[in-house]
Formats: sequence, C-alpha cells, structure tokens
Amino acid sequence: MFVRFFLELRSAGVPASLREYLTLIEALRADVVGFDVEDFYFLARATLVKDERNLDKFDRVFAHCFKGLETSIESLFGEVPAEWLKKLAERNLSEEEKKRIESLGGWEKLMETLRKRLAEQTKRHQGGSKWIGTAGTSPFGAHGYNPEGVRIGQDEGRQSRAVKVWDRREFRNLDDDVEIGTRNIKVALRRLRRFAREGAATELDLPNTIRATADNAGWLDLKLVPERRNTVKILLFLDVGGSMAPHVRLCEELFSAARSEFKHLEYFYFHNCLYESVWRDNRRRHAERLPTWQVLHTYGADYKVVIVGDASMSPYEIVQPGGSVEHWNEEAGAAWLGRVMAIYAKSVWLNPVPEAHWDWTGSIGMIRELMEDRMYPLTLAGLDRAMRALGR
Amino acid sequence: MRFKGTDSYVATDDMLVAVNAAITLERPLLIKGEPGTGKTVLAAEVARALGRPMIEWHVKSTTKAQHGLYEYDAVARLRDSQLGDARVHDIANYIIKGKLWQSFEMDERPVLLIDEIDKADIEFPNDLLLELDRMEFHVYETQTTVKARQRPIVVITSNNEKELPDAFLRRCFFHYIRFPDEATMRRIVDVHFPGIKSALVKAALAAFFEVREVPGLKKKPSTSELLDWLKLLVAEDIPPEVLRSRDTKTLLPLLYGALLKSEQDVHQLERLAFMARRDGRN
Repeated sequence: MFVRFFLELRSAGVPASLREYLTLIEALRADVVGFDVEDFYFLARATLVKDERNLDKFDRVFAHCFKGLETSIESLFGEVPAEWLKKLAERNLSEEEKKRIESLGGWEKLMETLRKRLAEQTKRHQGGSKWIGTAGTSPFGAHGYNPEGVRIGQDEGRQSRAVKVWDRREFRNLDDDVEIGTRNIKVALRRLRRFAREGAATELDLPNTIRATADNAGWLDLKLVPERRNTVKILLFLDVGGSMAPHVRLCEELFSAARSEFKHLEYFYFHNCLYESVWRDNRRRHAERLPTWQVLHTYGADYKVVIVGDASMSPYEIVQPGGSVEHWNEEAGAAWLGRVMAIYAKSVWLNPVPEAHWDWTGSIGMIRELMEDRMYPLTLAGLDRAMRALGR
Repeated sequence: MRFKGTDSYVATDDMLVAVNAAITLERPLLIKGEPGTGKTVLAAEVARALGRPMIEWHVKSTTKAQHGLYEYDAVARLRDSQLGDARVHDIANYIIKGKLWQSFEMDERPVLLIDEIDKADIEFPNDLLLELDRMEFHVYETQTTVKARQRPIVVITSNNEKELPDAFLRRCFFHYIRFPDEATMRRIVDVHFPGIKSALVKAALAAFFEVREVPGLKKKPSTSELLDWLKLLVAEDIPPEVLRSRDTKTLLPLLYGALLKSEQDVHQLERLAFMARRDGRN
C-alpha cells in the first residue's frame, strides 16, 4: 500500500522514515479518515512531513503519484450495488432520518431520484459517477448521505474544486533545501563549551553544604554557588561581499548558531582580507568603521578567533601594501593576520570553499600558511575539527 | 472522540485531520506556524470541545525534561530532618510531581500542552522521547515506575527558534498552521466578533492584508493582532468609510499600534505609503 508513494517521497528528499510510514498505515486502519482523497492527503501530510520546508516537495510528489487517482477510487465505489449502499445507509442512519426518507417517498423512490440525477450529471459533467461515491460511501463526513436527495446534485462537491489542495502548492516559499541546519552546527559548536561558575549564587553546592554542616556539628549550613555557564569567548570575523555571495546562506546559519550557543560572541565583518579596519554593521560599513587595533586591544588573549572567509583573492591583497581592492591599505593583509595570530593563540580559519578545491586558488594556500595550517572547510566535519583545534 | 472545531475557534480541514489522527493513534501533535496564528489556543479548544481537563506546561529556556516528570526536594528533606519532622522518613513526601506526571494520573484522558518546546535547551525533546513514547517513567528515589492511566492527548507547539531532533519528529504528527486566507479570516472574525458590521470587517481585512503585503516588515501582523485591532475599531466605533478613504491626514491605518509592533515597521509603512501617494498624484 502506497509503497511507491513513500519511496518517491524519499527520493524527492522528504526525510520520511519507515516508522512514519507505518504510522500512516496504522492511522488508515484506525479509520482516522474516510474514503476521501483530500482527507487522505491531509493525513499523509501530517504523518510523513515534519518540517514546513518539505511541504512543497510533498505536494509535488503527491500530485505526481495520485494524479487521476481520485476519480478511479470513486468510480470503483460507483459500481457498488445499490443494495449494499442501502444496507450501509440503514445501519448508519438514525430513526429520525429513516422517517424522513419515508416521508420523501421511501428508499426506492429516493434511489431512483438519485439515479436520475446521476444520469443528468453524466451528461453535464465528466466523471459523473463521482456523485455516487460521495453520496453513498461517506455517511460519516460532512458531505455524507443527505436524506433530502436533492442536495446531492446541488452540492458543490469536495472533489470538483477547480484546483486540488496539493496542486495549489501553497507552501512553495517555505522550501529552502538547506543541507546543514543550525541544529547540526550548534551540536558541532558545543565542543567548545567551557563551563565556569559566574554571577549570583543560586545553586545548592552539595559537597560544600555537607562539609559545612559537619563543621557545624550536624546543624544545617546551606552553601550556594553560582550557576554554571558557558564562558567561552569568541571573536568572529566574517568576510562579506564579492566572492562570498554564494556562501551567504551557510555563513548566516553558522552565525545564527554561534550567536545562540556562545554568550560572549563579538563579531566583525571584513572584505577579502583583514586590514586596518573592520565594521559591525554591513549597511553602514563605510561610515562606521572600527580600527582593527582597537578590536585587538579591547578583547583579551583569552578570546578565541574564528575567521570565516573563502580566502579567494588576488595574492597582492595579502602581501602588498595598497593591494586591497577597496581602499588604500598602508600595511599588507599578511601583517594584520600575523598580529591576530600573535595575540590570539587559538585561532582558526573556516573556508566555505570545498577542501578539494583549495589547491586551485593560490591565495588559499597563502592564507593557510599564514594561519599555520589551521584552515578548515565549512562543513560539519570541518567545523568539528576546527572546534577541536580551538579547544586543545 | 473526534474534534470538530468549536464555536470560538475556526479549524481548517487539514488541521482537523491532524488533530484527530493524533487523538486516535495517541501520538503527540506538533504544531508550528507564524506567531499569533492560534497554536497555543488550539490545545485549549481541543480540551474544551472534548470536555477534557487541560494541563499546561510552559517551557522556558531553563526548563529541563526532568521538571516535567518530577523533582526531588532534597533541601526540604534536609531541613525537616533538622527539625525532627516525622515526614522525613518517607522520601515520597519530597517528590514533587511535574506536569507530565500530573497528566498521567488524571482520571480522565487529559489534554497536555507543551508550549514553545523550542525555547528549551537543544537536548530537551530528546530527553522526553521515551516518556512520550511509552507514557511511563521511572522514579529513581522511590524505585517506582509511573505509568499513564490513559495516554494524554499531547499538543506541542514550536516557534521554530531551534530545529527539533529527527527522532523526536518521527514520533509526532505535524501540522503547520498556514496564515489564513481572506475567507477563513472572515470566518475567524465572525467567531470572535459576532454581529460586527460586515462593511467594517471588509474594510479592515483589506487594510490588514495590505499591511501584510508591505515588503520588509520585521513582524507581519498576524491573526491575534488583527483581532486586537478589530477590538479597538469596534470600541472606538469607527465607520468603515474612514478605513477605506485614501486621503486621510495620516497615511497609516487607524490605530496601527495594534498591528505593527516595532518602530522600524511603522517607518517602513509610512515611507511606502508616502511613495504610493506621491506616485498616485503624478
């Protein structure tokens, strides 16, 4: 049942698992929904998709897999003998409803009306057999059997909507195909955690309380300590603009993960290579620049430095004074990188360019040398290695 | 036991299916969506419609999974032992039941709301996997296992501040509350303000969706903001013509404070409205 649909979902990149598929089957067996394609669609969506970014993919696969199926399901039910329908309806109709049927001229008469109406429908609509399906087999739903008979024909019908829900693809702009989510990045960044006690004493210090109580001849003497906090301090330098444009998304994710993971995070932007000034707000990068010296003086050597950039530039930008593409720099980028390295013992360079391509760009090799080989690719594995290097 | 929506809450078809699947199969239901689209209210409405008691567990950044199960108040016991209280001999006196335990002990199947699960630590959902799966947990201090009498109907809301782990997601049903379209919106307004002048609703909704369309807003106004705004409009008895007229002195919709919550957004709207008017004149 629906195995093909499930497999197609997986190959389309919706991370549905076997467990979820079994849940769907279980839900179908438990009669959570009736024989209604739209309800089935809602149920399958609630079971198999757990992230709104995947909703659009799901819609596409659903449309592809079940195209034209909704009519075939119903024509199947359309062939159900009237006798069977009658029994089913009798079982589910209340006494009152049965009486109303009688008042309308009895079951036979009603069925005849229904049949007539169906005949009309076939002439006017394609797939008129739908109406039997809707009327006869779903006495539970909102569009169930209606003893008045007439409304069957007038009813707009759920299946006749111009566009199916899944064809509307309303979740299109939530789909963004991010490979590594912030969660994974955060888990990788956790390697850097350094806990220390800081601030107001709010936690019970058990060993100390026991000791103090013993000293106090058995009378309770409560001792409190401040809560443990992550005290790692990070200085983050981000390359923006130019060749970094394709990596913006990845950097944004890294940044947002880092921001929530580290309490002491200071971040600055630069372009291509570190020079005598950096900035904090990209919109005012020309107006509000901060001398790099000030940054180096403000943040102590206990900060760890993470530089994020593709290190892809002209070699002159690194070694030559005045080599910057944007402005006249008195000193070469290499000098500034050297200063950073001299002050901060723990520093790494994260490069969004795949590691395999590093040898093709000369400047990457140069920066790598300047960073004493502590350049890591901006992937989960690379991040992990970088955090280990910083934690060492 | 089926949820069909209530007279004070408009539930879409897809939401009904998700809610009923979660109730029937006794799995947690995870609700996501823009802030202010009625995620938290849903649990209360489900409880009300089914006539079940509701237990709310509001998660904060410091909440640990253990808080939902139980806490052992060692300090109170220590104090009692100093004072020679007889209670001290039974450790069970110092076990404080958490929300999950409370919901396990209910006589009726309750609705348990775990609100804003994404606010907690990143490992929080993982720590609740087994408890939500089997609906039982072990109390180490008293060496007993607490098992749910009836599996509670669990509704979990998330604002997407953190990604939830896959293992956790696989155990839930998921529903994303989409921002309602204009027809649904009108139904929602009807439910909250029966008898409100339809002309006013029409004008207000038009203005509301216009504001939502403004590019670059930090926080788009949502359903709850619209309802607040309407409350103000009704209270001030503002005629619909005022909302519709384009040449009022001010460029912003009346009482916009209910719709826009940040200064930048107000400026943005003002600027765009000004530009639109200037273009209109030329």
